[in-house]
Amino acid sequence: SNFIIKQWYQRRVVITAGGFSFDNCRRNAFMEKQGITFPTARKTGTTICGVIYKDGVVLGADTRATGGSIVCDLNCEKIHYIADNIYCCGAGTAADTEFTTRMVSSKMELLKLRTGREGRVISALRMLKQYLFRYQGYISAALVLGGVDVTGPALYTVYPHGSTDKLPYVTMGSGSLAAMSVFEDRYKLNMEEEEAKALVCDAIKAGIINDLGSGSNVDITVIRKGEVEVFRPYQVVCQKSQRQGDYTFPRGTTVVTNTTEMVPFSALQVTDEEVMEL
Amino acid sequence: AVVSTQSGHYGRGKDEGTTVSPKKHTMQPIVTGTSVLGIRTKEGVVIAADTLGSYGSLARFRDIQRLMKVNDSTIIGGFGDYADFQFLMKLLRQQTIDDEVVGDGVYRDAPAIHNWLRCVLYNRRTKFNPLWNTIVVAGKNYGGEPYLGYVDKIGVAFEEKTVATGFGSYIALPMMRKAMDENPDMGVEEAKAVLKRCLRVLFYRDCRSLNRFQIGVVSAGETSISEPMSADTDWSIGANPSGYE
Repeated sequence: SNFIIKQWYQRRVVITAGGFSFDNCRRNAFMEKQGITFPTARKTGTTICGVIYKDGVVLGADTRATGGSIVCDLNCEKIHYIADNIYCCGAGTAADTEFTTRMVSSKMELLKLRTGREGRVISALRMLKQYLFRYQGYISAALVLGGVDVTGPALYTVYPHGSTDKLPYVTMGSGSLAAMSVFEDRYKLNMEEEEAKALVCDAIKAGIINDLGSGSNVDITVIRKGEVEVFRPYQVVCQKSQRQGDYTFPRGTTVVTNTTEMVPFSALQVTDEEVMEL
Repeated sequence: AVVSTQSGHYGRGKDEGTTVSPKKHTMQPIVTGTSVLGIRTKEGVVIAADTLGSYGSLARFRDIQRLMKVNDSTIIGGFGDYADFQFLMKLLRQQTIDDEVVGDGVYRDAPAIHNWLRCVLYNRRTKFNPLWNTIVVAGKNYGGEPYLGYVDKIGVAFEEKTVATGFGSYIALPMMRKAMDENPDMGVEEAKAVLKRCLRVLFYRDCRSLNRFQIGVVSAGETSISEPMSADTDWSIGANPSGYE
């Protein structure tokens, strides 16, 4: 019976062991000295932002994903689904933002099933910050979390080290200063929806135009009580231009001097055969 | 911003012969000025800078002049080390005096001053002893056309419609570019209004800024630097109870 009680107790106390194991770092440093180059993380080099307006939250993002100075993805999706009423924009390493938001989305769904209630933005926030803090900033995910729940509209930023801010307007990513300049100039409390969408669009456009890490289109997600509207894209800023000329060669460019009939394989006859002994 | 240390030991140490190390320059700006902004319109050029000289994170000198009227055709604005800017101002003042002494009524125009600054700054960088400044040159050429130029501490120099240094290039330049794109036939008064908006946002977001600035104008009629003024700021956002979650 002692054994059974101990088991029951152990099952209840589950301590989440924290963070990354850095056991391979010395080995990696040695490998790098040998000349082996490790692949660089694909970053989103981004402009993301959010505002709280009269009826809810508007989230905006650009759609460029960069790997070094090459654009990996011209139209990636940076506004991630967390719950029906909660969405999260992600800047930083693309894989980190994708998997972190997916993990929290899954936990929020389980929580919703457990409690029988619609999830709250603050729950997602707690999960995100406690997760990211455990990894001490090594998970490079800078997020703008927004949604509308029973307590009203909510908008937060989460930094890679796990700190959070609660603000009426937020921007993150490499284009955040350009976007923030637009907000600081024109943000007002209790804006109308069209005003808020236009403001967010202008902020993302400022990032797209002035920041080299951001580009392509503006995506917007509007979250109101009870409904969400996803505009993907809200506005196409950078469009691939039409090719000026046709580079294909017209049929007949190469002069055919001689034609030979192609012999089908079945027409060949085996004349001599030598099977090799194994 | 230069401290040259010559570490040569002439047989001083017990285990030394005569060894002389190369001359080293310790490079860091000490008293610094933050962003300088400039817009060139068809009517004239407008340039703006605040009146703060920061000593690291200390707002030490709150009433310095970072805009200088070189002559009737040019105003320059200095970002970066203030001592190096004062050195350049002294040289430019002497140049203007030299022009006057010649007595033919011709003074160096903005492109000439821009070019001169570019040569000086690039030459200093080549000697690994830079003047730690970014200068914005606002003025007009001999034909009276507005001119706006930028020169860096490494000698990067160009001419543009909108120009900003430091933090201003991240925060103010997007706003200035948008204003110029929407209204290319902007006048001097409208440009001043745009710069005031930019300076307000810079005061919100640049830690090393001050809400006290001067605006200089070079147009057909006037070349002047205004008295220091402030922008109206709205901190009511902070009134909402916030916290971090």
